[in-house]
Amino acid sequence: MQSPLRLERRLTQPKWLNWGVPLLSLLGALILGGIVLLATGKNPFSVYARIIERGFASTDAFSRTLISATPFAFTGLAASVAFRMGLINIGGEGQLYLGAIGAAFAGIAFQDQPTAVIIATMIIFGMLFGGAWAAIVGILKAKFSTNEIITSLMLNYVAAIFLDYLIFNSNSYWRDPKSYGFPTGKRLVENAYWYDISIGPIAIPFGFVVAVFVAVIVWFLYSRTRFGYEVGVIASSPSAARYAGIRARWKIITVMALSGALAGLGGASDVGDFRHVLDAKGVQISGYGYTGIVVAALARLNPLSAIFVAVFIGGLSNAGYALQGPDFPSGLVGTLQGLILFTAVAGEILTRYRIKRQNTIADGAIV
Amino acid sequence: MNNNILVIILASGVFYGTPLFFAALGELFTERSGVLNLGVEGMMLMGGVSAVWASQHIPGTSWFVVLCSIFIGAFAGALVAALHAFLCVTLRTNQTVAGLSITIFAGALGLSSYFANVWDVASKTVQHPIRILNPGGLADTPIVGPIFFHQTILTYLSWVLCVLSVVYLFRTRTGLKLRSVGESPQTADAVGINVAKYRYIHTILGGALAGIGGTYYSLTIVPQWVDGVTKGAGWIAIALVIFGFWRPDLTLLGAYLFGALQSLGLTLKARNIEINGSILDAMPFIMTVVVLVIVSGGWAHKRLQTPAALGIAFEREER
Repeated sequence: MQSPLRLERRLTQPKWLNWGVPLLSLLGALILGGIVLLATGKNPFSVYARIIERGFASTDAFSRTLISATPFAFTGLAASVAFRMGLINIGGEGQLYLGAIGAAFAGIAFQDQPTAVIIATMIIFGMLFGGAWAAIVGILKAKFSTNEIITSLMLNYVAAIFLDYLIFNSNSYWRDPKSYGFPTGKRLVENAYWYDISIGPIAIPFGFVVAVFVAVIVWFLYSRTRFGYEVGVIASSPSAARYAGIRARWKIITVMALSGALAGLGGASDVGDFRHVLDAKGVQISGYGYTGIVVAALARLNPLSAIFVAVFIGGLSNAGYALQGPDFPSGLVGTLQGLILFTAVAGEILTRYRIKRQNTIADGAIV
Repeated sequence: MNNNILVIILASGVFYGTPLFFAALGELFTERSGVLNLGVEGMMLMGGVSAVWASQHIPGTSWFVVLCSIFIGAFAGALVAALHAFLCVTLRTNQTVAGLSITIFAGALGLSSYFANVWDVASKTVQHPIRILNPGGLADTPIVGPIFFHQTILTYLSWVLCVLSVVYLFRTRTGLKLRSVGESPQTADAVGINVAKYRYIHTILGGALAGIGGTYYSLTIVPQWVDGVTKGAGWIAIALVIFGFWRPDLTLLGAYLFGALQSLGLTLKARNIEINGSILDAMPFIMTVVVLVIVSGGWAHKRLQTPAALGIAFEREER
């Protein structure tokens, strides 16, 4: 039996694919999500309408969406940076935790300094901690060619246990000694809070501004510098890179560390912008790192698009929090995100192949 | 003698290693056909939640319910795996990203949690867990009894599966064809083997086994539904396939080793032995990294026998 459709490899990539494929993917995800909703007795139109209402439709909702979008922007950038070299870093989750730990350390240790100094050190320590955690994966990959997918994921679990240890199972530097019953982290002084920047009625978190700034830097780094060019060569042909004298091993470690530093910055922003405390449970509950992969895939690994995709995904997840209840069960947002990733992945086929109808006359001629 | 701490550690190694083995054996079949499945965690969770649902809704005697739940757990895992096969074999997408998307879609924060919510399975107790079965009083023999025969039906089934899969892979014609599909799909195709069919079947089989692994978590270990109950077991299973050199017998040993590591904290705590719980909890994950480093570098790497076409889509038109 022959399928009536056939895939034919594209020789050129038309321009419309750059925006057409993500849009088609989103549409596909909405349709598939609608089927899941219908199958479980929910009305997809009212669910989607409420997501738009609570995620995007008012300045208030949009301000909250930007808050949700900030960590996704960082983890999306982190995933893009690594995936563009073919390094599948799925450890963004753990790298973000380490970034939060580093930033909380700086926020507590430098609390007597001026605000600018505190914020700067929080950013630096967040990046250092996240980057160092990711560099472990990079070093193992470069030295022993260990599969980075599994090691980076395993370190997520280790990081989560470490985070719980710092707050719940020890009297660490991060834990508030005055917290009885349910242990919490030390609260930062108000001087250490990151600013919001207001444009009219919309409040933009400082972390989001940093994310946009970082996205531009990453875009420049990857498309306008020798470093980015070499990363591209390694991704498309490791052997060509070797002949050209590009030191792939160093690039693996550097790119992993860079990716981890970006995810760590997400953790720093979680502490500085929103929670003002190392919240061991809160930072783990949202799956920021895994969602970053969705963001990167939908943005087709473009750092500038990643910001826009992060806002979209942030709206989805903000609406998810706001609406959580019997009509809007937990897990729905994750399911929709997963479907978006599916369709984005499946949509990639349109960029590589054309779908053609099987030429029946030619088949008949062979018979 | 049966209360000796070493016996208890080994017995819990078998107990906690069984679901790891099911998932790893499934991944082994899938990878032998040349498909990398990183969606194991998601498939386990979908199997687990469906099995709990079945056990709460199917009427009948305990045995009947348990068998139906296992079957439905396997079926749910297989369905998700069919999706993965469609993405990887028919659409030829990047297998790494496809598997990741399966885990994100079906995983702890996704569809398995959504179904648990909609079906309201977490709040109800499990009436028919998969219980320990003492075959012919064997559990009462010293040492061997508690380690190997104080287990559930799934553990006994897993030994049968282990033997069968060694025979299948290395002693049958179909097994040989399967391995050739994973090593060189072009060659396999040239001698008339239907590469796509082999990949579909073994990916789906892998998903069914992962679903049984998830069922073991939700109906034996806990037994109740908790979102994300497998806690990374699916990923450890993927590492176990590498650790077991893509051989079922070695994979079984590896699964028991990791099962023992996972349960060490509980065992020692029950004995009031003071030890840092966090380090013990992190042990399986750290050991997975250590094991991967050992088998990736040096002498072991040459003997790894990774299927040569693992993770590469087969395009017939471009031979």
